[in-house]
Amino acid sequence: MSTSDMTILKAEPIAPPLTPQQLIWRRFSKHRLAIWGMLGFGLLLTFIILGSILVTDKKANEVDLQARLSPPTQLHWMGTDSTGRDIFARMIHGGQISLIVGFLSVIFSVSLGAIVGGVAAYYGGWVDTILMRFTEAMLSIPSLFLLIVLGKYLGRDMQTITVFGQSYSGSVAIVIVVIGATSWMYLARIVRANVLSLREMDYISASKSLGATDVRIFFRHLIPNTMGAIIVSSTLGLAGAILNEAYVSFLGLGVQPPTASWGNMLTSAQSFIQRGAWWMWVFPSMFIIITILCINLMGDGLRDAFDPRSTRHL
Amino acid sequence: MWAYIARRAIQALFTLLIITVLCFILTRLSADPLAQYATNPNMSTADKEALRERLGLNQPLPVQYFKWLGLAIQGDLGNSFFSKQPVSLMISQRLPNTLKLMFTYEIITILVSLVLGIISAVRQYSLLDNVITTFSFIGFSMPIFFIALGAMLIFAVKFKEWGFPYLPTGADIWDQKDPLEYIKHMILPVSCLVIIGTAGYARFIRTSILEVLGQDYVRTARAKGLSNRMVLYKHALRNAALPLVTIIGLDIPGLLGGALVTESVYAWPGMGRLFWEYAQRGDFPVVLGILLIISSAVVIFTIITDVVYTFVDPRIRLS
Repeated sequence: MSTSDMTILKAEPIAPPLTPQQLIWRRFSKHRLAIWGMLGFGLLLTFIILGSILVTDKKANEVDLQARLSPPTQLHWMGTDSTGRDIFARMIHGGQISLIVGFLSVIFSVSLGAIVGGVAAYYGGWVDTILMRFTEAMLSIPSLFLLIVLGKYLGRDMQTITVFGQSYSGSVAIVIVVIGATSWMYLARIVRANVLSLREMDYISASKSLGATDVRIFFRHLIPNTMGAIIVSSTLGLAGAILNEAYVSFLGLGVQPPTASWGNMLTSAQSFIQRGAWWMWVFPSMFIIITILCINLMGDGLRDAFDPRSTRHL
Repeated sequence: MWAYIARRAIQALFTLLIITVLCFILTRLSADPLAQYATNPNMSTADKEALRERLGLNQPLPVQYFKWLGLAIQGDLGNSFFSKQPVSLMISQRLPNTLKLMFTYEIITILVSLVLGIISAVRQYSLLDNVITTFSFIGFSMPIFFIALGAMLIFAVKFKEWGFPYLPTGADIWDQKDPLEYIKHMILPVSCLVIIGTAGYARFIRTSILEVLGQDYVRTARAKGLSNRMVLYKHALRNAALPLVTIIGLDIPGLLGGALVTESVYAWPGMGRLFWEYAQRGDFPVVLGILLIISSAVVIFTIITDVVYTFVDPRIRLS
């Protein structure tokens, strides 16, 4: 190395090395589409949160038979449905439900997947065999069929739940459990594969010999080291959960009216589309598509950010 | 090789056993199978109890399960509570309709997405690639009923209104024996399925071609002066097709179940709709029968796919 190089090196203040989080953020922010997805999703959240404050849920459930099936007007920006309820207000409150269902069922399925996969790999042996056979069994039943069967099973009797002064149909809780319980299997497999290789690492033997309990090793070492996979799959899982909510509600097994969700708004659209009520179909669909598109774009960016080898995918 | 298949088969039997227990509990308990008689004034409580006794519904659950399993192994899936017909007969009546719909869809989807995927990969980041990428992103962010309802609104309802030749939706009664009628009724559901299916497949094909095109042996092939066309069709495509084999192999058993939502929207007399109709009625023998057939197909095809894979890709060894 020549002396001039040395002086340049000395003159430049050396930046502290980037933390893994900074590296991930840097890679993520280079992904243009992912940033657009994040912005879009942020806008959507703002719309729903602000909307929920400005438009009451009473307004969303207000029946006005005089104004049944009205196309979009100054009064009803997105028209009205078959009982004259304002679709704009229902979009806001339906979106609230769809997103709550999405987030909570992802939390449920991710915890389940991480625990099942982690326990199976960490203990191995017959625990592993039984858990993985069970995972495979769940995966072998086509997801929509499984959703329906589980939805019917859990939906036998329902009550109304009241949270923060708003009453929700008990179906919301059931939908969350149903979607969560049918979508943990892929993550369980990923976590299992990761933990299988992590288990052999020296630092795990080190902490074992220091007397760390299984629970501590599990939550302090194994799970944090598979965080990348967990974050990516929960982002993509959120899109899947919102889509699944739309499917089960569309089939009439999901969120029950009068509580609105984007999915069950489309159920009623199905019967009136023959009469040309396009607005009942267009608005909920558009919101579902845009939401899922934004989340998928973010998920794609996150996958590339966490796994630099996969940058070719976009 | 045979040892591998035997081991996989034993595992598969175990998996199937878990599936049957799971499905039996979920479907048997999700609704009262005799709910249809609940409001029947001609039946006294004693009559209902007698019927329950005759159908074996009052026995302990494990007994009911093993009875069902014993008959199912012999190919007897029981009778529907609602239509009184044997479940296997009902399925065999619906299955051909579903297979016609689903195989047409699968073949068109593979062809279309091969073309789109290759174009996208070869002209990476071109305008065409960006358009295809955008469409596939939108496509797999879309619930199928969005397209199904939209297509129905435009091509059936509006076209009829405007006096154009319109497509039938299936809500009308039609003669399933007439081939022309049949094809006409297939157009809309198949198109919707193809749009959604292509979105995923095309993206997948693009990715796997790009992955192969970045490899050393492709560079070698180029370096020795092969034309782009030769490199693509002789070298890249063959290897890029490998992951496609897996995906198709895993999708085929799903075709048996049909497209539940699409079949329901277009009133297509297939398996998906059969399942949905009887799931709503809580008619568990029918629901259970369909679940058993589809998931067995999934389990079997997973093994077949893995074995076939070793033939097409000699780098992979079964262990």
